[in-house]
Amino acid sequence: MSAPTLTKKAAEPVTRPARHPRRLRDRLRRDWPLLLMVVPAFLLVLVFHYVPTLGNVVAFQDYNPFAGDSPLEAFVYSEWIGFGNFEALFEDPSFWDSLRNTLAILLFQLVFYFPLPIVLALLLHSVLSPRLRSFIQSVVYLPHFFSWVLVVSFFQLMLGGAGLLAQVVRDAGYTPPDIMTNPDTFLMLVTSQAVWKDAGWGMIIFLAALAAIDPTLYEAAAADGAGRWRRLWHITLPGLRSVIILLLILRLGDALNVGFEQFILQRDAVGRQAAEVLDTYVYYRGVVVQQYGIGAAAGLFKAAVGLVLILAANKIAHRFGEQGIYQKS
Amino acid sequence: MTTAVPRRSSRSSRRPVWEERPSVLGQLGKGTILTLVTAAVLVPLWVVLVTSLSSAETINQAGGYVIVPREFDPSAYVVIFSGGLIGRAVWISTLITFIGTSVSLTLTVLAAYGLSRSDSVAHRPLLFYFLLTFLIYPGMIPSYLVVTGLGLKNNLLALTLPTAIQAFNLVVLRAFFMNIPSELIDSARIDGAGEFRILTRIVLPLSKAVVAVIGLFYAVGYWNAFFNAILYIDRNDLQPLQRLLQGYILLGQAPPNVGGGAVVHIPGIGYSAPPSLAIKMAVVIVTVVPALIVYPFIQRHFTKGVIIGAVKG
Repeated sequence: MSAPTLTKKAAEPVTRPARHPRRLRDRLRRDWPLLLMVVPAFLLVLVFHYVPTLGNVVAFQDYNPFAGDSPLEAFVYSEWIGFGNFEALFEDPSFWDSLRNTLAILLFQLVFYFPLPIVLALLLHSVLSPRLRSFIQSVVYLPHFFSWVLVVSFFQLMLGGAGLLAQVVRDAGYTPPDIMTNPDTFLMLVTSQAVWKDAGWGMIIFLAALAAIDPTLYEAAAADGAGRWRRLWHITLPGLRSVIILLLILRLGDALNVGFEQFILQRDAVGRQAAEVLDTYVYYRGVVVQQYGIGAAAGLFKAAVGLVLILAANKIAHRFGEQGIYQKS
Repeated sequence: MTTAVPRRSSRSSRRPVWEERPSVLGQLGKGTILTLVTAAVLVPLWVVLVTSLSSAETINQAGGYVIVPREFDPSAYVVIFSGGLIGRAVWISTLITFIGTSVSLTLTVLAAYGLSRSDSVAHRPLLFYFLLTFLIYPGMIPSYLVVTGLGLKNNLLALTLPTAIQAFNLVVLRAFFMNIPSELIDSARIDGAGEFRILTRIVLPLSKAVVAVIGLFYAVGYWNAFFNAILYIDRNDLQPLQRLLQGYILLGQAPPNVGGGAVVHIPGIGYSAPPSLAIKMAVVIVTVVPALIVYPFIQRHFTKGVIIGAVKG
């Protein structure tokens, strides 16, 4: 194969170049430093992502950390019990509580949280002064960079029993409302926390989509006599449509991840009945009580439902003629 | 998205002629909503900051939270940084942030560069390998078993290594590296530079801004990390700041060093005993401040980053 380059190139389609051993060796000789650079990241992801993914087998085991010589060997030596953990899980009423809470929170967020960034983006987009616009943007993005501990702390400090609101209300001679520990209003509380933290951040992508809408469309519509609201309905919203659908799918795929930190921080104050979600259930069952198999089974159940939801959402998106998430490039 | 750039920059602050003037009521409503939205963020921050800088006297007069600043009394901060558990937690969080960010940034840059050549061996399956982590979440229990199985319980490495590589950041960096003109890289190779030298001498200097932003993203992530600390850290002296905040604000534990008349000397002000409310607020401020400091640096860039990530991811 020491043919000159020209003939070699001409022969390529026939000899399937990528598989040709000699070419691979040449390429390896050329690219090994690049491969070497990927190795550390590759190994970290292997150890801390793919190995645990395989470790989900404990959902089908009676995991005993002392089987074998190390807790890792225990994955191999623990006894297999089939679907026993799932049976135990489905018989546990508090699992169903946590599932119900998770779905309620998801629903609540889809209705009361999801549209807010869109509304906020529309509102901000209509502000004419660029300086004012960027000031407001900077302010509302900020809480996204706060940890959940901080966000919940701020709520506690402002609205809690010893908080600023209670102080003002008490000074006025009334009894302060019970906001932070009331199971009945917990849904509203967690949704408003999510809004405070991330509604501004969620606005970014809509602002970008708004900026990408061709302004001549508006001009033409206005010339045809379309008023403000008609332009919003017939130009702006269709312009945002694909982004909205994409984000809705992503949210659904992430549906059962309503957030671990936000709930574990408030679970004790509000009570398990209202504040237990799937993630906190997994934590208490698996890590705290050390029923690893049942905890892992709950986690796996959650992942499976999440996968079904995202596939379904994507299918619906395709039916509406939208791109959805896979199909990129 | 290409049309976004010229339109943004050319967007004037004048209303287009075809758009009707908004009604006074509409303007007023819009102004009120936007003011409320910004106030919802700024007021809590302001109250906490002012209270943290107030003396016991002012706090007592105000009956708790202070809204109008009267004096500047940093004694709460002096207490925090004079040692004890709070100072220790600040140090632990700083350490985690520093080590974690260095490890994450180095490995992400290396991997992103290693995968940025569109004709290199196996870059496609390798990229897929990293992208798949978006879709597959390993689950809390198996992760817990693996990390503790590796003996990382009560080891600060448990707070850094498992979250060290964020595929999102890798994708953003890779996209940026791929946009660097290949002529530059080819010419360096003709001059005899190896891949590592090309990365450090040519690619990195050209992408300083993006790398810095990704680094700040990682840093904010490590500073805010709480979940892993709950899972892997039991020991009091290894708790990061976020755990401490949880203890003081949410679980209502009293801050240490207070109570038994902890009196501190502040140069120029004299002796004072900071009230525990001020200390609580000061812990909140110390937890917020790093995010506030890095924020202006990231802010200019993250819109672009988020959009690249959203499109490619």
